[in-house]
Amino acid sequence: MRLGRSGNLLVDLHIDAPLVGGALLLCAVGLSVLYSASDHSLEVVGKQAARMALGFASMIAIAQLSPLRLARWSPVIYAIGMVLLIATAIVGTGRGAHRWLELGPLRFQPSEIMKLAVPLTVAWFLSDKLLPPRLSLVAAALLLVAVPGGFIIEQPDLGTAILVMAAGLLVLFFAGISWRLIGLVVAVCVVLAPIGWFTMHDYQRQRIITLLDPSADPLGAGYHIIQATIAVGSGGWSGKGWLNGTQSHLEFLPERATDFIFAVYCEEFGLLGVLVLLAAYLLVLIRGITIAMNAQDGFSRLIAASLVFTLFIYIFVNMGMVTGQLPVVGVPLPLISYGGTSLVTIMTGLGILMSIQTHRRFIVES
Amino acid sequence: MNFGPRMKGQSRETQLFTRRVIVASVGMLVLIGMLIARLVYLQLLSHDHYTTLSLENRLRVLPIAPTRGLVYSRDGVLLADNRTSFMLEVVPEKVEDLEQAIGRLRQFITLDDDQLARFRAELKQRRRFDTIPLKNNLTEQEVAVFSVNRQHFPGFNIAGRLSRYYPLGSQTAALVGYVGRINEEELKRIDPAAYAGTTHIGKEGIEKSYEDVLHGTAGYQQVEVNAEGRVLRVVERSPPIPGRDLHLSLDTRLQAAAIDSLQGRTGAIVALEPATGAVLAFVSNPSFDPNEFVNGISARLYQSLRDSPERPLFNRALQGLYPPGSTVKPMMAAGGIETGLRQAGDRTYCPGFYRLPKVSHKYRCWQKAGHGSVDLVRSLAESCDVYYYDLAKDLGIDRMHALLTDFGLGVKTGIDLPGELTGLVPSREWKQRTRKQPWYPGETLVNGIGQGFMLTTPLQLAYAASVIANRGQKLSPRVVATIEDPAAGTRLAIEPHHLGAVAITKPEAWTAIVNGMHEVVQGARGTARATAVGATYQYAGKTGTAQLFGIKQNATLKNEDIAKHLRDHALFIAFAPLEQPRLALGIIVENGESGSKAAAPIARTLFDTWFRLEGVLDAPG
Repeated sequence: MRLGRSGNLLVDLHIDAPLVGGALLLCAVGLSVLYSASDHSLEVVGKQAARMALGFASMIAIAQLSPLRLARWSPVIYAIGMVLLIATAIVGTGRGAHRWLELGPLRFQPSEIMKLAVPLTVAWFLSDKLLPPRLSLVAAALLLVAVPGGFIIEQPDLGTAILVMAAGLLVLFFAGISWRLIGLVVAVCVVLAPIGWFTMHDYQRQRIITLLDPSADPLGAGYHIIQATIAVGSGGWSGKGWLNGTQSHLEFLPERATDFIFAVYCEEFGLLGVLVLLAAYLLVLIRGITIAMNAQDGFSRLIAASLVFTLFIYIFVNMGMVTGQLPVVGVPLPLISYGGTSLVTIMTGLGILMSIQTHRRFIVES
Repeated sequence: MNFGPRMKGQSRETQLFTRRVIVASVGMLVLIGMLIARLVYLQLLSHDHYTTLSLENRLRVLPIAPTRGLVYSRDGVLLADNRTSFMLEVVPEKVEDLEQAIGRLRQFITLDDDQLARFRAELKQRRRFDTIPLKNNLTEQEVAVFSVNRQHFPGFNIAGRLSRYYPLGSQTAALVGYVGRINEEELKRIDPAAYAGTTHIGKEGIEKSYEDVLHGTAGYQQVEVNAEGRVLRVVERSPPIPGRDLHLSLDTRLQAAAIDSLQGRTGAIVALEPATGAVLAFVSNPSFDPNEFVNGISARLYQSLRDSPERPLFNRALQGLYPPGSTVKPMMAAGGIETGLRQAGDRTYCPGFYRLPKVSHKYRCWQKAGHGSVDLVRSLAESCDVYYYDLAKDLGIDRMHALLTDFGLGVKTGIDLPGELTGLVPSREWKQRTRKQPWYPGETLVNGIGQGFMLTTPLQLAYAASVIANRGQKLSPRVVATIEDPAAGTRLAIEPHHLGAVAITKPEAWTAIVNGMHEVVQGARGTARATAVGATYQYAGKTGTAQLFGIKQNATLKNEDIAKHLRDHALFIAFAPLEQPRLALGIIVENGESGSKAAAPIARTLFDTWFRLEGVLDAPG
């Protein structure tokens, strides 16, 4: 147990060096790709750097709170998030979809809060129960996941809804719900999939059709996938070099600073660069897994594991989408894509991991 | 407290958790493996293929919009033109200090804050070497002043661009219509490839109905761009095919005479050539300047046009619905003879009113004192209502419906203009369907003199006049006479569209009603005899008055007592000459009170004008 100042700044600020180091590395990669993807716009890069600073501030701030306190606040954050989601459904803004909420000068997506609030609340809910949870508890936890998930699907924002629900379901998975139950849920999903197909919005259906055969609609929805694939494939082993990607600079690639920034990266840095990037992500992921394994209470363990693997899902969904393995669902590449909301969310998640790591009561050195 | 089972539980939980983390980690590694496999496939195995594709992507296809076809009148006047409008453009990288240059520029060219804000917004989005518009629609003076000072403004340039212009403006707006910027709804409808580079599309009139002919085919140029996107050279060019020109049957001189003859009154005039269906004049008054709509009308002007009580944007000739009044009487009379219910010489006694058996209600003739004993010709010449009440009662609504529909009332004429309205000739079935009521005998009488439910457009009235002029031959009204392809040097004449003949087979029916209509204008007691004085040709007409205001039984009202907007509409249909007619007219003067006083003189003016233009009449000395 540690009380008061230790004299070590990293320890006093509850900073976990590998996590912060990995995040800094990824942010640096992000800014350099963004400089290229934005056609050498220092303005865009500066803006993103400012958001990163905000993200780091949020990450360090959240790390100061002990997991116990986080657990206590979880249901409150969840309740606030739900109120905002309902408000968005009523007075929200956005092109063709109600995703944004405007509060004075602030404009944000309440669904973003849920990316953290849902797993936190499910973890808090299960933390004082005997695990693996009884069926009634599982049902209650599923409700905690499904209600905000439903609201976000209705916005409609399928990508975010999947991520929010995945984060919550991961908590259940790590809480040890039986494989039979998991198998049953998967089976039900398979059976219900055709029904889902008919309740989908046209644009969502189109994305799936386009994924299966991009050439069917080369000027419309398939254009993203075709151009992204050309960018990735023409990158080759070592890439065309920084600032030399033709696909991105000749404006063939849409969304090249945001959701499709990975395509710019692949084009300019090649497979070699991708392996380096994956290694940087793995550094953060493995450190996160270590933190989860070392965590000393149920809540910390569940939330840590859920956050780490949700982060991985972000990475995989984005990369899978850019390389044409998954449908285009609008998920940014963590810490690299241009945009503030998801960046701050991910940094805050990393802050929770740091809090778990640095607030352990019994530090056992192996 | 006993920690025993809880501790045990915890260690079991830890084990379970550890196993789950291991499973998840393995899953993660498998997925990463899949990603890497996919990247190896794309970046190593298919690298050459995608490199080729990416090189091909250096070729860019830029659309070239075709030039829109022109529109001419029959007498060779240009009705829709493409005029060069000038805009000031800037290439930012060629300007040293943009803000300072714009400041200096404002000495010569007025730039408001809106224009500057739009320019700055675009400046941020576009690249330094792109051309960005600063101001549209420069005045000639601005172009001149800038040209003189051009050397002080490197990077600034004046570019010309074609913009649609209607030289006759409001005179032909009802017919030619106008083009406007393509809106979102139209964007969904049009073929994006055909309209790549095109900014405007026909919105009204023949600009809309002949959009396919006028638009032309887009051209393309394939250009090579360097790694920065700069155009290096044009690889291939496929020029656009300009739209084809239209030659209308409209005569601008007759059109101008028609507009003048209305003397600013609200109304509509349609002039047709009976033998072909050609539209010679097409007036809806008041009108509007279509040029205001081409590049976006200002909200204030649009509002004032829309809210004006005279409704200048409303195309009365095509969409105005008016009770036809007594103009239906010739058609009724023809039906009477065809069915054998009347002979031309049969007489009906008019005491000034008509009564159905066992009904006290009096159906009044406009002539309170009564016409006495009238035959068919006199019933038309003096427009006796009682004659037609009686005829309507004998015909019945079913036969009347078939008859009037046959003459083109209550059906679309099929003119080559968009938005034509159908009008209404009532029937039992119609009344049951819309009002859930049976047909009453009294309604037959009222509709027999063109009142009641009946509604017709001025175009339908002109069409009916031309059908009578043709002794039953029906030719669909046509605005466009010829489509000319200036590139190929070919002309395609649009053949008259023959719609068959009215089912009036007895020649004496036509003779009788033409005689009657001739008496209207050139008989001793005709309702419009005053207007034909001095005419050197023979013509036929029929006056009509469309009541807007129900007058109670036994009440008398003078027109001065009725507010102007409630006064009756004045109607007149006419054709001339009697044999081989060359002009048929449908005329409506809103609130003109009397067909003979307000509408009939217009017909005389237009016949005189047209025959003089055709050289049949000498110009007045």
